[in-house]
Amino acid sequence: MTFEMFVTVMMNGLTLGALYFIVASGFSLIFGLMRTVNMAHGTLYLIGAYLGYSVYDLTENWYYAIAAGMTAAAVFGAIMQVTLLGWMQGQELRQALVTIGLSIIVADQLLAHYGGLSLQFFPPDALFGATAFPIIERYPTFRLFQIGAAVAVGVALWLILNRTKLGLMIRAGVDDREMLAAMGVRVSLVAVVVFALGAALAGLGGVIGGSAQPFSQGTDVRFLLTSLVVVIVGGMGSIGGTAIGAIIVGMAEQWGQALFPTYSVIVTFVIMAAVLAVRPQGIMGRPS
Amino acid sequence: MLEIKDVHFHYGQAHVLQGVDLAIGDEPLALIGRNGMGKTTLCHSIMGMARISRGSIRFQGTEIQGRRPDHIARSGIALVPQGRRVFPSLTVDEHLRLVAKGRNRPWTIERVYETFPRLAERKRNGGAQLSGGEQQMLAIARALLTNPRLVIMDEPSEGLAPVIVDHLCIVLRDLAKSGMGILLVEQNLGVATTVCDRVAVMVTGRIAATMPSQDLLEDETAQRRWLGVSAHA
Repeated sequence: MTFEMFVTVMMNGLTLGALYFIVASGFSLIFGLMRTVNMAHGTLYLIGAYLGYSVYDLTENWYYAIAAGMTAAAVFGAIMQVTLLGWMQGQELRQALVTIGLSIIVADQLLAHYGGLSLQFFPPDALFGATAFPIIERYPTFRLFQIGAAVAVGVALWLILNRTKLGLMIRAGVDDREMLAAMGVRVSLVAVVVFALGAALAGLGGVIGGSAQPFSQGTDVRFLLTSLVVVIVGGMGSIGGTAIGAIIVGMAEQWGQALFPTYSVIVTFVIMAAVLAVRPQGIMGRPS
Repeated sequence: MLEIKDVHFHYGQAHVLQGVDLAIGDEPLALIGRNGMGKTTLCHSIMGMARISRGSIRFQGTEIQGRRPDHIARSGIALVPQGRRVFPSLTVDEHLRLVAKGRNRPWTIERVYETFPRLAERKRNGGAQLSGGEQQMLAIARALLTNPRLVIMDEPSEGLAPVIVDHLCIVLRDLAKSGMGILLVEQNLGVATTVCDRVAVMVTGRIAATMPSQDLLEDETAQRRWLGVSAHA
């Protein structure tokens, strides 16, 4: 393997990890922090991608697509939390079954409306094409943008969790939900806001991911599984852990494809099994 | 201020509260009783954290039974729970910022730090890093910052060193003097009678008696019958 090849695979792993981070950070908020088992997270990704695409088709403006994808996923997520999941707090099996059922229904509705063909966004001119890059000369601009977007999401989440009252409420709610309510905080409203925020990140991932690679039926399952693995490897409820998990999974996929393409699909799960065996709470997770 | 009438609570087959009647006015009231008599369940019932099966709980003339805990807290009741239950992930300062509602209220973060200087020294420490006494101060401070009309304190002296308990008694008496309603749930008769002039005794889910603290202090037979101990702080 040449050094150029090494750098290319590293960059591909990093940029794929960045996309995974954007999607999985929303999953980490909902599953890791609020302890809501949301098996429809991939569906929120797909809702963001498809509804973003409708707006993109109409306006030909990629930034409007981003706004539409995030809003659609956030609204759908908030409705899910208010109408279904809010009533099942702490009942993981029920949450899992309801969200799996919901994801099947929504996937069918999206299939009926958008058809089964793969769709893809074209990023705006500023993000299109290639940018000069050391060693490998040129690298796709949009992939570099993915890293920037992931860093922005990570910083924003860190600021929300550590510098805002909402963040204090989220962290306190993770520790002792009942006591937080006894302090006068409407915990159910906090849960809706967190779910909407996590869903919006899935929607953002839908449009960004749909610009990097085509999306269609089945993409939801792929991103749900990836988000699960990222959060399990990185540690539940830790944004830093999610970033580490996303980079590990992104790298594993890209290096697997580069070195042994036939078996690359199992690498991610081997890593997950290894982490579960050695450190069950994940790399950055707290022991329960 | 708070009127509790014929409150019943069932936990599965167990009839934990069996018709509790209690009235709390502006004077602080101590609720004492042995372990397992239903004191904590009554606190949780008032806060809406336990759903009662029958009865009425009125606060300042309004029925609060059946309301959510956050609603009850916003109506002016605060709980200092048994075991402190501070948030391990939050620092002292974050605890206070979480609850503080602004500067034009009687209790502000600044006033809390003046009242509990030890918390000011530990403001960057996490809830789990504090000693038992510091956690108790934080739990009280957190409750005060909601600027309640009534504070329910569930065994605040539990597990604290005697010198810390003495300091706690001074703080609670000052709070009572400021006109804040206090329901002090205690097993420590010394603390209860130091802070409150009246005590209610809870026995197997009922209020067995309400009397001046001095009367209970002087009646060793009643102490043995209801509490199984004699009074000493």
